[in-house]
Amino acid sequence: MKLTKTLLATSALTVAAGAAFAESHMASEMTLVSWGGAYQNSQQKAYSEPYMEMHPDVSIVWDESSNEAVAKLRAMNEAGNVTWDLVDVTAGDAIRLCDEGLAMEYDPEELLAAAPDGTSAEDDFGDLLVSDCFIPQIVYSTTFGYRTDMVPEGVEPPNDICDVFDLETYPGKRSLEKRPINTMEWALLCDGVAKDDIYDVLETDEGQDQALAKLDTIKDQVIWWSAGADTPQLLADGEIFMGSTYNGRLFSVIEEQDQPVAMMWDAQVYDLDGWIIPAGLPEERLARVKDFLKFATDTQRLADQAKYISYGPARASSAPLVGQHAELGIDMAPHMPTDPANSENTFLQNYSWWADYRDDIDAKFQAWLAQ
Amino acid sequence: MAALTPISRKPLSFVAPVMAAAGAFFGIFVGTANGSTLLGFLIGGVLLAAIAVVIMKMDLPEKPVRWALIVVFAVLGFFLAGIPSAVLGGLFGWFTGWFAYWLYEGRYRAKIAPYLTPGQVLWHFAFRVICGAIFFFLITPIVVVMPLSFNAESFFTFTPEMLRFDPEGYSLRHYRDFFTSDAWQQALWNSVTIAPMATILSVGFGTLAAIGLSQPHVPFRRAIMAILISPMIVPLIISAAGMYFFYSRIGLQGTYLGVVLAHAALGIPFVIITVTATLVGFDNSLTRAAANMGADPVTTFFRVQMPLILPGVISGGLFAFITSFDEVVVVLFVGSASQKTLPWQMFIGLREQISPTILAVATILVAISICLLTVVELLRRRSERLRGMSPG
Repeated sequence: MKLTKTLLATSALTVAAGAAFAESHMASEMTLVSWGGAYQNSQQKAYSEPYMEMHPDVSIVWDESSNEAVAKLRAMNEAGNVTWDLVDVTAGDAIRLCDEGLAMEYDPEELLAAAPDGTSAEDDFGDLLVSDCFIPQIVYSTTFGYRTDMVPEGVEPPNDICDVFDLETYPGKRSLEKRPINTMEWALLCDGVAKDDIYDVLETDEGQDQALAKLDTIKDQVIWWSAGADTPQLLADGEIFMGSTYNGRLFSVIEEQDQPVAMMWDAQVYDLDGWIIPAGLPEERLARVKDFLKFATDTQRLADQAKYISYGPARASSAPLVGQHAELGIDMAPHMPTDPANSENTFLQNYSWWADYRDDIDAKFQAWLAQ
Repeated sequence: MAALTPISRKPLSFVAPVMAAAGAFFGIFVGTANGSTLLGFLIGGVLLAAIAVVIMKMDLPEKPVRWALIVVFAVLGFFLAGIPSAVLGGLFGWFTGWFAYWLYEGRYRAKIAPYLTPGQVLWHFAFRVICGAIFFFLITPIVVVMPLSFNAESFFTFTPEMLRFDPEGYSLRHYRDFFTSDAWQQALWNSVTIAPMATILSVGFGTLAAIGLSQPHVPFRRAIMAILISPMIVPLIISAAGMYFFYSRIGLQGTYLGVVLAHAALGIPFVIITVTATLVGFDNSLTRAAANMGADPVTTFFRVQMPLILPGVISGGLFAFITSFDEVVVVLFVGSASQKTLPWQMFIGLREQISPTILAVATILVAISICLLTVVELLRRRSERLRGMSPG
């Protein structure tokens, strides 16, 4: 490599040849892993289609396996056959993969483009770089939606997270995610625990029992969901009155599918989603991935993505560029979870806390579910 | 069929309880669907018993009463929930009227042997009801999917427009999605290229294995048979995980050939079982006779043995094809994203985006399966008729 480079430099061939050289040393096929559905569609529209236009010889295959990315990457690693080039995961999964050495650590300054005004990538992403392996794309939130036509007469529409636990004022089925994350926090929040103390309380056995006891009060009215599409389906069916899911799914139900559903932003829980590069990629594939990433995570691309789905771009410099929905032509800013009107009361999930306690609480929660 | 048994009118003490039982049976389902099993049970029972009492006490003529019941229930249904429930109501009214007179006039007894005890008569009809119920529970989920695939909305929901039979509520957009989306077309193409190859391999190897294993002089027949059949018995997820690690080591994971081989391994047991079953009835003196006439073993196989075991080979091949075409677990492990088959794509669609496109695809697949099975069955009957095996 080094020798070739020196030879090239000393020869009269200049930048153009250098670029051609780099191009020829990049793999021409990439497998990207994402979540499918509208979200993956937004990535295709904003990142991969423009990229393929610039590099017509590159083919990109999408694999909708983000849901089981951790397990599959472990298996691939064990089998010594990593077939994925770039994997879209939530921040929590990225931390786990990074800890296990399955994701590659990277240097933001080298890998990611600076903002148009010259702000370094590290400052532009800021606090969202929660792990050394994680390349953030979007901020999304898990929040509630409710059917406007099922609000009892003479009652204010629900606008407080604790309305979910109030079966007297708001009778009807609810859907909650079939895992303890978020669900336990909301239960404690509505059982009188102060926001700042939630994780201290949840650390103790009594605290976990307290959360489950609160959930017990609505358990027989809860339908548990595991896929992001479940709650929208249940809401459209009128099978539930309110349910939690990702805010982009609710946006799609309300604005794109025109269902009688409204958002309840109170105590929405932010989460991050982004890329990780699997550890141990061969050089050619890694070169292609790096080239793609630099393009796909720049300020304009992240802002473009928000045209297709209501998730907030992870770069500070992208926020002012967020425009209108690609088909509906409505302003996207008011639908972003980070919009000031929507984020009056938000709840910040503690990733590192969950990374430590997840397995224990998961077991306890599943046992409680089965009771 | 002429009446076997002379019939006579039955007393109220028999008709009313039977009607009540039938009403209660229906009521359980209607009541459960509407939130209260017990209430449905009671209302259904009382309603039908009351109808029986009214008809018998007043000795009403059959025809007008049956028409009246249809109209009354249809109108009642219409006011409850529009046209669809009017249709259901009408059907229910028709059934009630028919059932009441069927019992009252004793017609149920007409076509069964006169020496049967009441218990045997009851079992005779209970058996039919049970069979009908099983059929109903098997078929309904498949049938419900079909109208939903014409939904104009993007959810698995019977919208009010659909229930009013308003053309606005129906559309072909999910079929259009299927035929225009690259992802679905790629998946269709993958399935169509993988399944036939896997079938050919399964049929080839499976038939040879079955013939070999049916020879009495082969050592360890049972053990070999057990190993070959094992993909059918071992839980799929275990085979899949095993194949994943094995194929990864030898570089077959994520390739077309890998998926074809994995599916062939899954299909072979079906072929072996069906072909072995046909070989049981195969007369080995035929091959000896062929050899006696100077045919070499290959000619004997293709000219004598193969035509006779063909039905077993074809049905084994059909099972192998359907296994590969329907399979999702193994391909998730052994395949990579470029080998995404239809079931894989449906699995993703169901998990990430509950979209009726899946239902459109399911409807198309059901139609194809029905055509395939019909054609195979017709061919089989034709060949049997030609060979004079069945009076057909």
